[in-house]
Amino acid sequence: MTQRAPHADAPELPLGALGKLMPMFLWLGAAGEIRAVGPTLGKLCGGAAGLIGQPFDAHFTVSSAPDSAALAALRNGPGSRVHLSLRRSPATNLRGVVRVCREGDLFLNLSFGVGVAEAVRDHGLTAADFAPTDLALELLYLHEAKSAVMRELSSLNTRLQAAQQAAETQALCDPLTGLANRRAVERELARSSAEAMRGSSAFAIAQIDLDHFKAINDTLGHAAGDFVLTHVAGILRAETRQSDLVARLGGDEFVLLLRGVIEPEVVRRLGERVIARLEVPFHFEGAPCQISASVGVALSCCYALPDGEQIFIDADTALYAAKRAGRGRCVVSCHAHTLPRASMPPAMPPAP
Amino acid sequence: MHGLINRSIQRFLCDTYGAPLWQQVGEASSAPAEGFEALLPYDDALTFAMLDAAADRLGKPRDALLEDLGAFLVTLEPLRRLLRFGGVDYADFLMSLDELPARARMALPEIDAPHLVLTVEGAGRLKLSVRGRVPGWGLVMSGLLRAMADDYGALALIDVAPTSAVETTCDHITVELLDASHTRGRRFELAQPVAT
Repeated sequence: MTQRAPHADAPELPLGALGKLMPMFLWLGAAGEIRAVGPTLGKLCGGAAGLIGQPFDAHFTVSSAPDSAALAALRNGPGSRVHLSLRRSPATNLRGVVRVCREGDLFLNLSFGVGVAEAVRDHGLTAADFAPTDLALELLYLHEAKSAVMRELSSLNTRLQAAQQAAETQALCDPLTGLANRRAVERELARSSAEAMRGSSAFAIAQIDLDHFKAINDTLGHAAGDFVLTHVAGILRAETRQSDLVARLGGDEFVLLLRGVIEPEVVRRLGERVIARLEVPFHFEGAPCQISASVGVALSCCYALPDGEQIFIDADTALYAAKRAGRGRCVVSCHAHTLPRASMPPAMPPAP
Repeated sequence: MHGLINRSIQRFLCDTYGAPLWQQVGEASSAPAEGFEALLPYDDALTFAMLDAAADRLGKPRDALLEDLGAFLVTLEPLRRLLRFGGVDYADFLMSLDELPARARMALPEIDAPHLVLTVEGAGRLKLSVRGRVPGWGLVMSGLLRAMADDYGALALIDVAPTSAVETTCDHITVELLDASHTRGRRFELAQPVAT
């Protein structure tokens, strides 16, 4: 019975067993010739058999050193940590640890680091190419699991965003006419008046109240009333620009927020044109209908400090001035012009 | 119950029995009309209401439905791949089953996966105790284990022991591996297929 040396300072392992423990080991002779490789490292280099006896630098480069100094860098590097790349394409990066052993041989154990997913794809690796202690498979697993969860998460986000947009549109929309509602006007008014305060743009508010609407509603019923409101919405949309806000505040009250307008005369002509179009008779289920409207306008350019709420109130005051003056009129409130405009003759026929 | 589990049940019923059945089940159990959000929690009672409604309409015991659900999960390719990470062959996969809950939590920390305890009872024979917060996980697991045996190409006998009255949420599964390479099984490449 042979007795092992009781004080052997290292366990002796055959190369095959070493390859099982460290499938990516690399054993170099003192002159830098490859003496043995682990099976996985051999696979990366196109087969272990072709490597044995070949110089190290024919197959590997050391990231921190030129080719001529590669071996010296492994032997005398500042730490035992090394970064290598394969010479053959794709130049897979490897990282590992190196130790000088007896008679000046070098022993390296390598791994892929974070590039493991690419390496697995590039070299067709399987679970059997990794040591059971290697967490590479867990890294791949996590990578896939995270992607799957991210897909679920992004579909959730897309749905939430769509729902949020729908809710927002609903919250800012008058369901009958599809026009903006009071909340939308308040929001836009705050934004426009902030811009006007900075002097970067101007706007005008036109408050519109229908005349004779109640009569139609009372005699022809609510369906007729709804029809009239939708009809009015169509005209207001047609007479304004895409950048303007057309809103129904409720009942037969409408408001226009006209952006970029600085001429009272321009808004007054628009108001009169709208009134003239609204006054064109139409039919609801064979019954003739005719309405008119009163319009009150206020412009931000008439104010030293264009406060949105004040402009809105002044447009409302102008609207009541128009109603008092006999309906079917447009009154523009501008400090310099309010009084003269209020006594202007009734609406002119529409411009051709 | 985790939204992803409810969504799996929804997909299972939709894919297996068609959208009209799911619609009936959804209405009967008051499931959200827009479907489940995968990463939100829902009331457990809703999950069981869905299963009962489906079992009623299909005239199928709930237990059988749960086993089919487990098998269905393996047909979802991302999930099948994650399960295949468990082992190089079916025997290896079985031996790693007690790591499965930890793997599930690695992917989704808030998932409420059942606790699994593996006991080897002899050559090719092992017992799996499945202890969930709610009953039924043992049936789902047995369906999943059967489908994974097919996936690996292994021949195995899988039985769920009747749940004892005391341990209402602990099921015992016995697996008898008869042939580890009965068929070739389905392919599994470690590298994730590009553009799936």
